[in-house]
Amino acid sequence: MTDLTSLTLAEARKGLADKTFTSLELTDAHLSAIEKARVLNAFVMETPDQARAMAREADAKIGKGDAGPLAGIPLGIKDLFATKGVRTTACSKILGNFVPTYESTVTSQLWRDGAVMLGKLNNDEFAMGSANETSCFGPVGNPWRREGSNTTLVPGGSSGGSASAVAALLCMGATATDTGGSIRQPAAFTATVGIKPTYGRCSRWGIVAFASSLDQAGPIARSVRDSAMLLRSMAGHDPKDTTSVDIAVPDYEAAIGKSVKGMKIGIPKEYRLDGMPAEIEKLWTEGAAWLKAAGAELVEVSLPHTKYALPAYYIVAPAEASSNLARYDGVRYGLREQGKNIIELYENTRAEGFGAEVRRRVMIGTYVLSAGYYDAYYLRAQKVRTLIKKDFEDCFAKGVDAILTPATPSAAFGIGEKGGADPVEMYLNDIFTVTVNMAGLPGIAVPAGKDAQGLPLGLQLIGRPFEEETLFSLGEVIEQAAGRFTPARWW
Amino acid sequence: MSVDAATVRRIAHLARIAVSEGEVPHLQGELNAMLAFVEQLSEVNVEGVEPMTSVTPMQMKKRQDVVNDGEIADDIVANAPATEGHFFLVPKVVE
Repeated sequence: MTDLTSLTLAEARKGLADKTFTSLELTDAHLSAIEKARVLNAFVMETPDQARAMAREADAKIGKGDAGPLAGIPLGIKDLFATKGVRTTACSKILGNFVPTYESTVTSQLWRDGAVMLGKLNNDEFAMGSANETSCFGPVGNPWRREGSNTTLVPGGSSGGSASAVAALLCMGATATDTGGSIRQPAAFTATVGIKPTYGRCSRWGIVAFASSLDQAGPIARSVRDSAMLLRSMAGHDPKDTTSVDIAVPDYEAAIGKSVKGMKIGIPKEYRLDGMPAEIEKLWTEGAAWLKAAGAELVEVSLPHTKYALPAYYIVAPAEASSNLARYDGVRYGLREQGKNIIELYENTRAEGFGAEVRRRVMIGTYVLSAGYYDAYYLRAQKVRTLIKKDFEDCFAKGVDAILTPATPSAAFGIGEKGGADPVEMYLNDIFTVTVNMAGLPGIAVPAGKDAQGLPLGLQLIGRPFEEETLFSLGEVIEQAAGRFTPARWW
Repeated sequence: MSVDAATVRRIAHLARIAVSEGEVPHLQGELNAMLAFVEQLSEVNVEGVEPMTSVTPMQMKKRQDVVNDGEIADDIVANAPATEGHFFLVPKVVE
C-alpha cells in the first residue's frame, strides 16, 4: 500500500468508500506522521485517543453505508476554534488551560459530516501575526527550506500550524482563519491551497475573536478540490452568529473543472509594487497566461485605494481587537495574576498573559478609539474602508468575474528575520491579502511556482461576494497548469 | 501625530495592561512607528464618504425575545481561576 498520508482528501475519500483502507488506518498513518514531525511544532495538542474513537465511528458508518461527505477524513484544527473538552488557547498564555464546554459551529459541522480530529494546531497568538512567531507555544517550522540550506523558515501566519501540517502531510486538511491574510499568506508560503470565503459565509461562533468585522474561517488543503470539499462542510448559516448569511451552500466541488471560457479576469495595476521581486512579477504573468489559455479574457483594472488598505487595517483591526480582548480579565477564565485590588488584578493578568504583539495591538486599538482620537483615526479608517470596497464594486460592475494578484510580496523567510526593529516590516506581508478582508470578499491562494531558491510562491484570486465557485474553477486551472508541490522531508 | 511617554502610560492604563517604567520608551517607539505608518490615510479625500458599518449588505438580524439557553452555571464557571459555588471570586471592590 502506498503511504496513506500522501493522498489528497479526494483520493482518500475514494479509498475509504472502496474499502481499500479504513479510516483507522488512515488516521493512524497521520498520527504517526505527526509524532515524527514534532520538530515542526505544528500541533500544540495531539488528540490520538479521540482521533481513533472518531475514526472507528466513521468506519462503522462507512460500513453501514450512511457516511457523511467527510467520513473518516483526519483533520487538524487551528487552536482558535473552541473544541468541547479539548484545551483551546488561541496560543495565548492568557487562556491558560481553557477547556471549552461547547464546540464551535464550524468544527461541529465537520464532525457532523464525519471528519476525524487529530489535534489542535499552532497559530500566532490570537491570530495576530504573519509568521507564526507570536505563539506562546513557540514558532512553527515550514516544511520547505531553501535549496541547499538548513535554515528553518516560517510557514507564514497566523494559520502557520495549519499550513505547515497540511504541507508536511500530517493532516489531510485543516481549519484556519483569516483576518488580514492569515489563510492565504501561509498557504502561499507552504504550497498549499487556502480559501478565505466571503464575510458571513462561515459562522464565527465559537472561534476566538480577533477583529470581528474581518475574521472569517476557511480551510487550508492539499488541492483546490480538497479545499472545495472542506468549505462545503464548514460554511452555512448559523443563527448564533448574526453576521452569518442565510444563503444556501452550493456544492463547491461541482465548480472544479468547470470551463472558465469567457470569464473576465482583472489584473489590478496598483498591485505592481515598486521593487517587487522579478520572480513574483513573472509568476503573475504566467498565471494570467494560464487563465488566458483556458479561455478567460484578461483586462487591466484599477483599484485606486489599494495602498491605503494596510494602514486602514492597522486601525480597524487593533480597535476591534482591543474591544474583543477586553474579556480577558483574569476573572471568568484563564490566567490570573494577583493584585492588591481589582484594577491591579486586571493589569497584572493582562501584562503577564498577553505577548508583546498582542499588547502592542491592544494599546494601539485603545488609542485610536480613545476620546479625541476616534474621529481622526477610527472614523477616517472606516471611511477609507468604504472606498476600498467601492473600488472592487466598480471593478465588478464592469463585468469582471475575478481579480488575479500575487498572494504575497515574497517567499517564506527565516525565523526572526522580519519585524524585529519595526513591526510594520512584518505587516507588509499582508499587502496583497488585506484588501480582501477590508471589502469582505472571497479570496483563494493557489500554489503557482517556486522562486530561484526552490521556495513555493502562490497566486491569489479575488471574487465577487458569495461567488466562491468562480474561484474554485479558476484555481483549478492554475493548479492544473502549475502542478502540485511537495516539500522534501527533512524532519 | 505621535505619542509621548505620559500618553503611553495613559493608554496602558486604559487598556488595563501593567507597563513598567523600563518598557515605556520601547512601547513609545513601536506605537509611534505604527502611527507614522497609518498617517498616510490623512491624504485620502473622505469628504462625504459614509464610514463602513457592515461589509456585507444585509439587515441586522434580530432574535426573538425568548429564553432559549441558560441553566448552565456549572459550565460558565468551569474555567474560572477562583470561584465559590456559582460565583466568581475577585478582590474586594467595595470597602
